Amino acid sequence: MRVEAAAFPPSRLGGDRPGNLTKGVGVSDHIVALTDSTFDETISGADKPVLVDFWAEWCGPCKMIAPVLEEIASENGGKLQIAKLNVDDNPNVAMRYNVMSIPTLLVFKPGESAQEARRLVGAKGKAQLLQELAEFVA
Amino acid sequence: MTKFREQAARFGADFVTADADRVDLASAPFGVWVDGTEYRGEALIISTGATARMLGLESEQRLLGHGVSTCATCDGFFFRGKRLAVVGGGDSAVEEATFLTKFATQVTLVHRRDELRASKIMAERAYANPKIDFRWNAVVDDVVGNGRVEAVRLRDTLTDEHSDLAVEGVFVAIGHDPNSALFRQQLDCDDAGYIVTGADSTSTSVEGVFAAGDVQDHVYRQAITAAGSGCMAAIEAEHWLAAQEPTARQ
Ligand SMILES: Cc1cc2nc3c(=O)[nH]c(=O)nc-3n(C[C@H](O)[C@H](O)[C@H](O)COP(=O)(O)OP(=O)(O)OC[C@H]3O[C@@H](n4cnc5c(N)ncnc54)[C@H](O)[C@@H]3O)c2cc1C
Repeated sequence: MRVEAAAFPPSRLGGDRPGNLTKGVGVSDHIVALTDSTFDETISGADKPVLVDFWAEWCGPCKMIAPVLEEIASENGGKLQIAKLNVDDNPNVAMRYNVMSIPTLLVFKPGESAQEARRLVGAKGKAQLLQELAEFVA
Repeated sequence: MTKFREQAARFGADFVTADADRVDLASAPFGVWVDGTEYRGEALIISTGATARMLGLESEQRLLGHGVSTCATCDGFFFRGKRLAVVGGGDSAVEEATFLTKFATQVTLVHRRDELRASKIMAERAYANPKIDFRWNAVVDDVVGNGRVEAVRLRDTLTDEHSDLAVEGVFVAIGHDPNSALFRQQLDCDDAGYIVTGADSTSTSVEGVFAAGDVQDHVYRQAITAAGSGCMAAIEAEHWLAAQEPTARQ
């Protein structure tokens, strides 16, 4: 069953801070939420690589990696910006990048929003994620 | 999930988000290694879960996330109005196929035998679903496509003949393997690799080591049963620790 993200307190997405998902305010201290309308400006305006986590409320593996991403964000925030995009609410960006499976993590280099620099599909442990993201967090 | 985690933290749990790569279960305190860092504990609860089995094809890895999926509930949404194949013949394959008909125009269940292994009620529901058809005695030899799935190449197990089935997505549901490799030399596991636990208990073949969830359960494999057995393991570990205390103080 589809569940509306808005029905849940934002704390489910990592962190206790109030954050309005649809407006692109920070999901937590270290993670920002993107939308169809804020995606392009965020990527093109970034001064470091941005990892975008495509997720949905009804996706169990997405929840499994949420705390891992939160940790990676807090430990590597200086090198890599982590962002989340809810595919339910923001279908256009997901379609544009042919996201057909979630969680999908796309890493964009600053200014290069036309094509992702890295695509990771499926839930992975922290060690494996860090290994696959090595060039962006080194 | 976040709330469970927050509650555990409130009660004093420390989290190390990393993959354990070695264990020593010879005697308490048991050892767990993460990247060379050693952790020791008087009791150990194993809840490493199970991993979806894959077909083992190069093309499957290449097209993972581009039409190949192992999670219908996660990815069904992306296949609205498309034709799909589901590989497998057990309860989870039939459940996934049935679920996917909410989005797909047609779902073909590809199974290597000539009848389903799924429970009767699930199978009958699938047979009655006009959007589900079946390819019996067929295995997937290749996933065809460049950048996205265009077809699956099937081999008939009786005639060895190949044929392509045009689909835009493939869902692999051929079972799960317990994540028990780390423990297999040191704990009793069954033939399929599941950690063997005592009757009505999460105790393993080593006293003080407990196993909960999918890594020890090939029957139910549900979130609620995993959580329930996790609670059992916590209580059993607590009893075990309490029983150890007098000797530890001597
Ligand atoms: C697609 C899908 C849909 C499902 N739908 C439902 C449903 O609708 N209802 C329901 O009740 N159940 C459902 N289930 C089943 C449910 O998700 C599982 O039964 C449950 O998650 C099992 O919990 P667990 O804690 O045993 O294992 P998991 O949830 O798999 O957790 C295991 C954890 O251990 C970690 N781990 C593994 N090895 C190591 C290591 N060496 N070191 C450190 N960490 C490690 C993994 O990274 C993972 O985080 C579904 C499962 C799948 C795959």
